Amino acid sequence: MTLLITILAAVVATVIWYSSEKARELRVINLVFMFWGASLMWLVDAVVEFIEIRAEYFQPAAADMLNDAFLGFSVIALALVIWVVTVLIKDPKHIFAKKG
Amino acid sequence: MACFLVPTAEAVVTTIITKVVQAKEKKAGIEKAEGLEKVEFSTEGKHGTPFSKKLKWLNSMLWGGSVLLAFEHLWHGEITPFFPFLTAAANPEDAAEMLHEMATSGVAMAVLVTVVWGGIVIVSNVIEKRAASAGEEAEVRS
Repeated sequence: MTLLITILAAVVATVIWYSSEKARELRVINLVFMFWGASLMWLVDAVVEFIEIRAEYFQPAAADMLNDAFLGFSVIALALVIWVVTVLIKDPKHIFAKKG
Repeated sequence: MACFLVPTAEAVVTTIITKVVQAKEKKAGIEKAEGLEKVEFSTEGKHGTPFSKKLKWLNSMLWGGSVLLAFEHLWHGEITPFFPFLTAAANPEDAAEMLHEMATSGVAMAVLVTVVWGGIVIVSNVIEKRAASAGEEAEVRS
């Protein structure tokens, strides 16, 4: 579930980066790479787990799924916070530079 | 357990390499501008994106992925704020399992991210070459 949510976030971020000039200016590319990097790493985790437990991998308990979904959304929130902090520090629109 | 430490270690190495490449690119750029032109280290790339920028793509994937995976480990209680920081490192049996996981999953993660980055670099080189040759053709026609 965490892998799925992260892949969806990666796809959405990639589409936003590709289609919007403003998004490129705001360094959405960092978010894109962050999500794709994590997705690839969790993909390896998923493959290893699948090799170990085979078909059982696709029948997770409801409680585990809920916890994984909660984790997935928390991961997105964390990535967004990191991205916002990066944008504020790099200040690509020179908002702070103008005030200073 | 601690598989994210392998991509993190790779991220440290690639970040250092990026800084070195960036410095060489800057030096080569200055020499070129001064007409010294002894550029052994071709960086800017005939067709655009400097190699240091491409390395930054890899850094972003490795650092970003490692941070998010570290958060997942924190979530599952595998990382603690006190020594030895990894719960699996507390006893030898778990430590052995952790090292095995780092050697398998961790290395596979680092390799997969690097291979995907290599693919992105190849595709971007092809796109840049195509754009450059299309530009040259348009110039010849006009």
